[in-house]
Amino acid sequence: MGAIEVDEVSKRYGTCQALERVSLDIRAGEIYGLIGPDGAGKTSLFRILVTLLLPDSGHARVEGLDVVKDFMAIRRRIGYMPGRFSLYQDLTVAENLDFFATMFGTTVADNYENIREIYSQIEPFRDRRAGKLSGGMKQKLALCCALVHRPTVLFLDEPTTGVDAVSRKEFWNMLYRIREAGVTILVSTPYMDEASLCDRISLIQQGHIIETGTPAAIVAQYPHRLFGVSGHPAYPLLKYLRRRNDLLRCFSFGSEHHVAVAPGTIAPDELQTQIRAAGFSDATVHEIEPNIEDCFMELAKKERQKA
Amino acid sequence: MNENTDIIIVEQLTKKFGNFTAVDHISFRVHRGEIFGFLGANGAGKTTAMKILCGLSLPTSGGGTVNGYDLCREQEKIKRHIGYMSQKFSLYADLKVWENIRLFGGIYGLSGKRIRQKSDEMLRYLNMTDLRDELVGDLPLGWKQKLAFSIALIHEPAIVFLDEPTGGVDPETRRLFWDLICETAEAGTTIFVTTHYMDEAEYCDRVSIMVDGVIADLDTPAALKQRHQAADMDAVFRKLAYQAKRE
Repeated sequence: MGAIEVDEVSKRYGTCQALERVSLDIRAGEIYGLIGPDGAGKTSLFRILVTLLLPDSGHARVEGLDVVKDFMAIRRRIGYMPGRFSLYQDLTVAENLDFFATMFGTTVADNYENIREIYSQIEPFRDRRAGKLSGGMKQKLALCCALVHRPTVLFLDEPTTGVDAVSRKEFWNMLYRIREAGVTILVSTPYMDEASLCDRISLIQQGHIIETGTPAAIVAQYPHRLFGVSGHPAYPLLKYLRRRNDLLRCFSFGSEHHVAVAPGTIAPDELQTQIRAAGFSDATVHEIEPNIEDCFMELAKKERQKA
Repeated sequence: MNENTDIIIVEQLTKKFGNFTAVDHISFRVHRGEIFGFLGANGAGKTTAMKILCGLSLPTSGGGTVNGYDLCREQEKIKRHIGYMSQKFSLYADLKVWENIRLFGGIYGLSGKRIRQKSDEMLRYLNMTDLRDELVGDLPLGWKQKLAFSIALIHEPAIVFLDEPTGGVDPETRRLFWDLICETAEAGTTIFVTTHYMDEAEYCDRVSIMVDGVIADLDTPAALKQRHQAADMDAVFRKLAYQAKRE
């Protein structure tokens, strides 16, 4: 039995199909990533799984319990951190934590060990109002409140959105320590680079799951050869590459452009010679491995063509 | 000071809230026509500094100019002559595309004739002519952002401030948005942009990184990577931001 099973779940708001026959099978003790842009349906799926929203059709179970029939039992054993900061701004750090513990019929003292590692970082500010905390501290408090009743499944809806690169790394290290305790974690994010930090992921776009697997397996299925092209000036180089009709796709990835090429059409050194001849005298071309963003763009394009 | 080459000139700019110094004597310049990346960890003072540069907040001490207008004495002129777009607030979802253009054109004091002209021009450039009667709320996020960006430029400001313009957007739309930024910069508009995506820092001509209220470093991405012996801007950012002491 999977820890979270989603079977053909659909949800529609008026004319907007938020989720269309979504299926997932999440194993106990894994960090599972739901990766997709704003508006893809991530939050709708979370709200169905934490029993705050009814699906139009399909079924979902959390640890074998049905999200519709067994909603009270599910609520007792899950932790949920919504995307928007949802603690009480005018209660202090300690009061918020006490409140959530009490709601679940327990106390902070009984569960202190479970949250000690994260809570110790914000405990010096225990008497500060939650609304006066910095972004990083709010996030840590919200995680403590979601963990204080020792849930076995944790739902984190975009916990790192708008959080800087350093705080995001710290947050993921906290998740690994929570996983060590055997907790199943479903986490959503619009940051594609966080996909590689999950055990398994699903890519979601416009209510459809477009791919599921380990990050490595998804990358291995990328269908084209991929070249990293750099040279100056970078933006005119990108426009030059797009004008060529022998290259499939060209996008910027930081200091390099990623260029997808059909296997057997052109070699890196050949392309490099041609680019240099076109006036980009410092250009270099080398073959690279695709990352999750390359895969997402490729799969999203296929999905659009299907539609 | 040379206002012909530098569109932003900031000297010893400081903002205190009570005994907390959010922005601590920062000095820097932004050249006309460049894409300037303004990075920093959460709480480093970015938003506070940006509010002052947009004429929305007065510095406690220090000062400077934006497009030649004084940060302390000419806030209204600054507001009139800059463009601003953020991920959080952009357009009115329950107004149609053309109504949003009309509204913001009016706010910036453009004549009815000029607004009609700009509106046609803008929608043609964005390939959105067929969508002029759609509610903005019904547009896909990528279109909304492109429209919000173009509307931020409706009064042809010399500089536009973009506050995390690509947060939460899918990877392809995010890159197409940067194409639009690069096109706009090529046409001569200065771009002042914040982002949490470190690959986007690489697209900037120069990047400043704020840590604890001060500018920890400022240079081209290539020079920053070399100086900090980092493979990419993500590594540069982490090296500098880890020095942060305040929470």
